[in-house]
Formats: sequence, C-alpha cells, structure tokens
Amino acid sequence: MQDAPALNLELVLVSLLNGVTYGLLLFMLSSGLTLIFSMMGVLNFAHASFYMLGAYFGYVISTRVGFFPALILAPLLVGAIGAVVERFGLRRAHASGHVSELLFTFGLAIVIEEIVHVTWGKTPVPYRVPAALDGPLFTLYSSTFPTYKAFMMAVSVAMLAALYAGLTRTRAGLVIRAALSRPDMVEALGHNVPRVFMLVFGGGTALAALAGVIGGNAFITEPGMAAALGPIVFVVVVVGGLGSLTGAFIASLLIGIVQTFAVSLDYSIQGMSLSRVAPVLPYLIMVAMLIARPRGLMGTRES
Amino acid sequence: MNSRAAAVLAFAAAIAASSASAQVRIAYIDPLSGAMGATGEHGLHELEFAAEQANAKGGVLGQKIEIVPMDNKLSAQESLILLKSAIDQGIRYVSQGNGSSVAGALIDAINKHNERNPDQTVVFLNYAAVDPDFTNDKCSFWHFRFDANSDMKMEALTSHMQGDKRIKKVYLLNQDYSFGHQVAKAARAMIAAKRPDVQIVGEELHPLAKVKDFAPYVAKIQASGADSVITGNWGNDLALLVKAARDANLNVNFYTYYAGTVGVPQAMGDAGVERVKVVSYWNANGTPASFQPLFEAYKKKYGATSDPYSQALRSSVEFLVAAMKKAGSTDPAKVARAMEGMTLEGPFGPMTMRAEDHQLIQPLFVGTFVKAGGSLKHAAEGTTDYAFRLEQKIDGPATARPTTCKMRRP
Repeated sequence: MQDAPALNLELVLVSLLNGVTYGLLLFMLSSGLTLIFSMMGVLNFAHASFYMLGAYFGYVISTRVGFFPALILAPLLVGAIGAVVERFGLRRAHASGHVSELLFTFGLAIVIEEIVHVTWGKTPVPYRVPAALDGPLFTLYSSTFPTYKAFMMAVSVAMLAALYAGLTRTRAGLVIRAALSRPDMVEALGHNVPRVFMLVFGGGTALAALAGVIGGNAFITEPGMAAALGPIVFVVVVVGGLGSLTGAFIASLLIGIVQTFAVSLDYSIQGMSLSRVAPVLPYLIMVAMLIARPRGLMGTRES
Repeated sequence: MNSRAAAVLAFAAAIAASSASAQVRIAYIDPLSGAMGATGEHGLHELEFAAEQANAKGGVLGQKIEIVPMDNKLSAQESLILLKSAIDQGIRYVSQGNGSSVAGALIDAINKHNERNPDQTVVFLNYAAVDPDFTNDKCSFWHFRFDANSDMKMEALTSHMQGDKRIKKVYLLNQDYSFGHQVAKAARAMIAAKRPDVQIVGEELHPLAKVKDFAPYVAKIQASGADSVITGNWGNDLALLVKAARDANLNVNFYTYYAGTVGVPQAMGDAGVERVKVVSYWNANGTPASFQPLFEAYKKKYGATSDPYSQALRSSVEFLVAAMKKAGSTDPAKVARAMEGMTLEGPFGPMTMRAEDHQLIQPLFVGTFVKAGGSLKHAAEGTTDYAFRLEQKIDGPATARPTTCKMRRP
C-alpha cells in the first residue's frame, strides 16, 4: 500500500465520526436482541428477520401514508407478530429446552425470508430516505455529514435512554427483571409471568423493526438484508456481556470505531493489509472475548 | 411384474425416449436461490426467452430447444453434482455464468468427461464468467464464452478514460477475491500504458459482500484526492459504495462493470446519477428498430421495468442454432467445430466466435447512469426513472486482445 494517503487530522476526525455513527447504528440493531437474548436467554436467530420485516413494512407504509407514521406503525405491527410468535410458537419450544428454541428461531428466519421473497420479490425495493431528512447536515473539511445519519444516531441514543429508564425506573421494568431472574416468586405474587415474556419478546422484535424502518432506506431493503446482518448483532451482545444494556452500547461503539479505523489506518501485518480484514475484526474480538472473559465487558452472568 | 405393468412401463419409456430425442436440452446451472438468486433468475428468464424465440422460428433441425433450470446455489461443488445429473439425463449443452470459480470447475469436469466419453460429449456455453484464463492458458475446445472477458472490458473502460483529460488521480477499490484482484491488476497495467500521467492514488480490497457501511472507505478515497474510482464491485457492494459516496459528497466518477445488473440501478437511485459509468456489451437505447418487437415482447412477459441486458444468453442460443444448422447435426463435437470462427449479426453489429480461443468478439459500450427521458426510452433494469446514456461505442475488433491459448481439438 505504498501509494496510500498518510493519516492526517482530517481522516482521523472523519473516521472517528464514521466509527461512532456505525457503532450507534449497531446498537440500534442489537438493542432488541439485548432485551430478548440477554434478558430472556432466548437465542433468537430470527432477530435480523424481524429487522427485515420492519424495513419492508416501513417501505409499504411510508409509500402510502408517509415515513413518520411508518416509524410508529411498522414497529407496532411487527411487535404484534413477535408477540404472536412467542405465544403460539416459542413458548411451546421453550418447554423442551434451548436447542428446540434455537431450531425454532432458525426455521422461523428461513420462513420469513421466503415470505419476503414471495411477497416483494428477490430484488431490492425502492425505499428512499424521506425528503425532510435528506441532504447534508454539516461539512467537515471536504466531507459532508448526512442529516439522516444524525437522525439515526439520535434514535439510537433515545432507544438506550428509554430502555434503561424503562427497565430500572418503572414498575413494569421491575416486574420484567424480576420475572426473568425469579419467575416462581413473581408468579406467586400474582403476576402473569408468561405474559411478561410475551411482552418482552414483542418489545424486542418491535425494536428490531424500528431499526429496520430506519436502516432499510439508509442501506438497501432486499431479502438478503437479514442474513447479512444476523451474525453481527450477536457479536455486540456477546462482547457487551449478557444482561447488560450499557455493555451492548459500549461494545457497539467499540466495534464501530475499531472497524472504521482498521480501514483508515494503513497498517499491514506481514504484507497483509489490515483494511482487507476490517469487517471480520468484530468476530475476532468476539472469539477473543469468549476465551479471555466469557461474561463479556459488563456481563453479570456467565451464560 | 405382470404384463400390463410391463406394457405401461415400456410405453412410458418410449414417450420419454421420443421426447428426449426431439429436444435440444440446455441445462442452466446457476443460483436460483440465496443471495445471488435474483441474478440467476434474471438469466433464466433471458435464456428461456431466447429459446422461445428460436422455437417460434421452427426450432433447429426439426427439434425444439428446452431449458432445464438447475439451482447450484453459487457453489462449485453443487454445480458438479448437477452437471453429473444433467449428463445422466442425456443433456449435452450446459449454460452458466455467475462466478468464475463455478465456471472453472465446470470446464475441468467437462474436459475430463469428454475425454473419457468421446461419444457423449458436452459443450459449455459460458454467458458471464469473465476470468481471462478461460480463453487463455486454460482454454478448452468445449468452452465458448459469449461475454467479453474482464481484461477486454478493462481495455474498453481505460480506452474511454484515456481521452478524458480531467482524470488525474485514480483509486482502485475491489472485492477481495480472484475477480477483484484481476480487475485491479488489469486497471493498473492498462492505465500505466495508456495514461502514464495518471496517478494511482490508492488500491484497496475489501471482503466480498461483508461491508455494510462504506463510509470509512469513502473517507479514505476522499483523503487520497482521487477524481475517479475503478471498481469491479457488483450487487450491494456497488450500490452501498455509491450511496455512501453521495452521503459524504465525494466528488468522483465510478468506472464499473456491473452497474446495470439486477437490483443495482434501483438501489443506487439518485446517488448514481451522472457519477456511475459502466462498460457492457449491452446498450438498451442503442438497439435498432428491428430489435424493438423483441424488446417489447420481453417486457410484456417479464414486466415493464425489465431490461434484457444479458445479450450473451441470446447470442449463445443464436450461435448454437446456427452451428447446428451448419453442422446438420446436434452432436456437440460437430456443433463445437461448426461454431468456431462463425460470425452472426447481433443487434449492435457483427459478432464473431474467435476460433483460436472461443472468445466472442462483439462491440462494447461505455455508458453513464442518468435520469431516463427524452431519447432514453428504455429504463435501466428494475426502474422507470433511470437509464444509461451512451458515451462511447468500441467496435468488436478494437476490443479483441491477443490470446495465449493453444487449442487442443479432439
């Protein structure tokens, strides 16, 4: 890489901004999974499929009634589907243990992908960023920063704040947390524990769908989007630590920044440029984390 | 087994045999599901359409052409199993295009099969696998390529860039696998030869279909001061790159191979307008009046926004039919010999199947992605608002490159 540009202040600042942006996007994608995987302990392989459904629903609703109604309606619809899936599918599979659960969600992901194929075809749909949020927000040196990315960042931070407050500061949050760690006790106190699980699962899928409505037009809404995104959200949750929202948040930022700088820095190891493997680095971090510190950055339990 | 059942079986076998002998069957071995499913499906449509056209004109030697689709899931391993099954069914012609790794495996397997079974040979009609090796060091008598290979396309692209004095700094961004490496290598060599004043300011390889956010790459291109990017990226890797470039207001032109293929025009949208150039053997808005009925028939069958850009599939069927007529036989070895050196008139000029290496020599075009309208009546694949404006036509002979092939004929 002898012709590559030297690392200058402009590239550092732009890369830092790109890294934080990508990290916040990752958090947005994985916050729903944090709720389901790390709180309920359900390995939901179909999480990214709900993200995809959110994007497609967002596309359909936004072409009919506009983007901002879609931002609310699509997650509600997908959340309802998620709740139904939990009530009539996952709950039965749950009774036969983690392996059945895993296989159930694995199959569900394939079914959802096929439904998307049949309904919307195999090619991308023209889901576009709304005019109100299109265009540059500010200019940093010679690069512009798009308004829509700032909007994505704001939603991501708002998700963190709302989830954190909801789980730690409200009565419902207390019941949810208690139901997850001491279900028998909570049931004895007169709460309907299965319903709590259903709501948590529905809420998690709704968050995935919200990410889909926002991510679908920033990137590309097509049937392969779920498969492309599936693994990375698990990396975030595992690196962040099971049971920790803050951990997932920090892990997202860490992965975003590491990956971005791996591209910007022209660092080579024995002739192999680091940027060639940048998108694979998060998985390396996950493997290293599982070996060195299985409970993740801020995890409270081992598995 | 009683006698009635035996009679029924014999009757069924007779029907199967007669229908098999009355058909020229082509096995279409390409991905019909998974990430590349849409691309494979598009190719299947074009091939079936080409067969229908040929059959409507009476087929060939009193036989009809039938397409047998086989889903290889873009895997070389799977393709070899399907090839075996096609041969077992008596199919003697194979069509494939997506992925040079798959095409390479098929060529090897077909060479071996034909050597061992000289009376049951198979011919491979390659419509899109562009590895230059297949018509150079690894050339085979049984393989015919109807697409221009990647070096020919780069030759055309750099010939076009040669005349544009605004180009001073070029960045090479490619997918990290054999095809991306070849594009980068050819671009470097040809730019050095044609425009020694142009500087290559960066060369980058990224993992295939793994990058979700191209912003870091765009920042790096921005920092390099490049005015042009050459990329062999296809699918989402191209669309996402172009979108990220627009977000950061990166002021460069993209010189690409695959901007016109399934899904890409739709996904690029406004971000690609006046920025993205493509080299291709297809120029929808340059098709002659005589081609329009075919164009309309295709759109009627597969939707108003579909673009029959895989001209190579039509060419392959037309060459096959002409070669069978010339040979007076459907025997693959005779047909292959008849196809060598054959010239047919295509929609944009003459196309010749070069005998030395079985590479089709045909006109190539460089176009720019723009808003449709005015004289640009035919929109890009999957869209109504965008089209490709012709910048330059490169006639067949000018696209030809020397070959190192030493053809071994049976």
